[in-house]
Amino acid sequence: MTHSTWIYILIMIITTNLIRVIPLILIRKEIRNRFIRSFLYYVPYVTLAVMTFPAITEATNSPLAGAVALVTGIIAAWAGLSLFPVSVICCVVVLILEFFI
Amino acid sequence: MKNNPMTDKTAFSKGLTHGFPIALGYFAVAFSLGFMAKKCTLTPIQGFIGSFFTRASAGEYGVYSLIVQDAGYISVIAMSLVTNLRYLLMSTALTQKFSKGTSLFKRILVGCCVTDEIFGISIGFPGELNPFYTFGAFAISTPFWALGTTCGIIAGSVLPSRAVSALSVALYGMFIAIIIPPSKQNRAVCAAVAASFLLSWLIRYLVSVSQIDLSSGTITIILTITISAIAALVKPIKDL
Repeated sequence: MTHSTWIYILIMIITTNLIRVIPLILIRKEIRNRFIRSFLYYVPYVTLAVMTFPAITEATNSPLAGAVALVTGIIAAWAGLSLFPVSVICCVVVLILEFFI
Repeated sequence: MKNNPMTDKTAFSKGLTHGFPIALGYFAVAFSLGFMAKKCTLTPIQGFIGSFFTRASAGEYGVYSLIVQDAGYISVIAMSLVTNLRYLLMSTALTQKFSKGTSLFKRILVGCCVTDEIFGISIGFPGELNPFYTFGAFAISTPFWALGTTCGIIAGSVLPSRAVSALSVALYGMFIAIIIPPSKQNRAVCAAVAASFLLSWLIRYLVSVSQIDLSSGTITIILTITISAIAALVKPIKDL
């Protein structure tokens, strides 16, 4: 490794907190630009989706278990369950399935 | 409530109470982040410091994956920007939530507290936001987030592989729980999420087959900017 893990972490801390703080210091008015507002609106969902699949199938010992956890998680969240229960359900699905696979 | 603002002390303890369930959820998810961080060669103390001061599941996840790839420092900035862009919007929304007399220092501190969940309860505070409410929620939830990461890094080498495999999906479960509710309400978000799943799989497959030298993190950044920009052009939002 040519890079230092501590420097990675420091850059992450500074950048992430600057993002949080800059609007509170600078932006006093509403963002009017429709494209920027729309872009910023979609970004969180697209990022999380891109990072979830296919990575979830690679995180588990069996790719199939990860895929089933994804589908079960989507159904659970669609049914209105919140963050914590959805996470638990995904874990349980993998735990059970990997007993059989 | 506006005419009779609660004292700073009451607001703080209310923040502590409302922050407790958030703290429990954080611990479980951070535990799973810790497994991932361990695979990326982080030590328990690095995980604690990183999580305590960053408090961004997706952002930390993205950056830790860059560390193991020995990516350039610039890509850490890009990754942090892309995965945490929503905080820019959340902080912008919070600027409208303060009373006029709130000092810049307190505004900045509240900004540092922003996560999906803490933003959620802060924006739901009746009337103008008392910063101490946010500070209370921060005070209870942040140690759980940081300790969860540390415990995950330590446990990652102790727990049986079956348990590690199961707990590894907790983080993704949380991501799913964030993206699905708005997908259910909004067809454009639903389409963007579906396209993201599909393109993420397709592009990563093509990149691995053709052996192009693109890191997973870089693919995430490129896909996010492209898909979000297309979605914003095709289906601009009416109101936020």
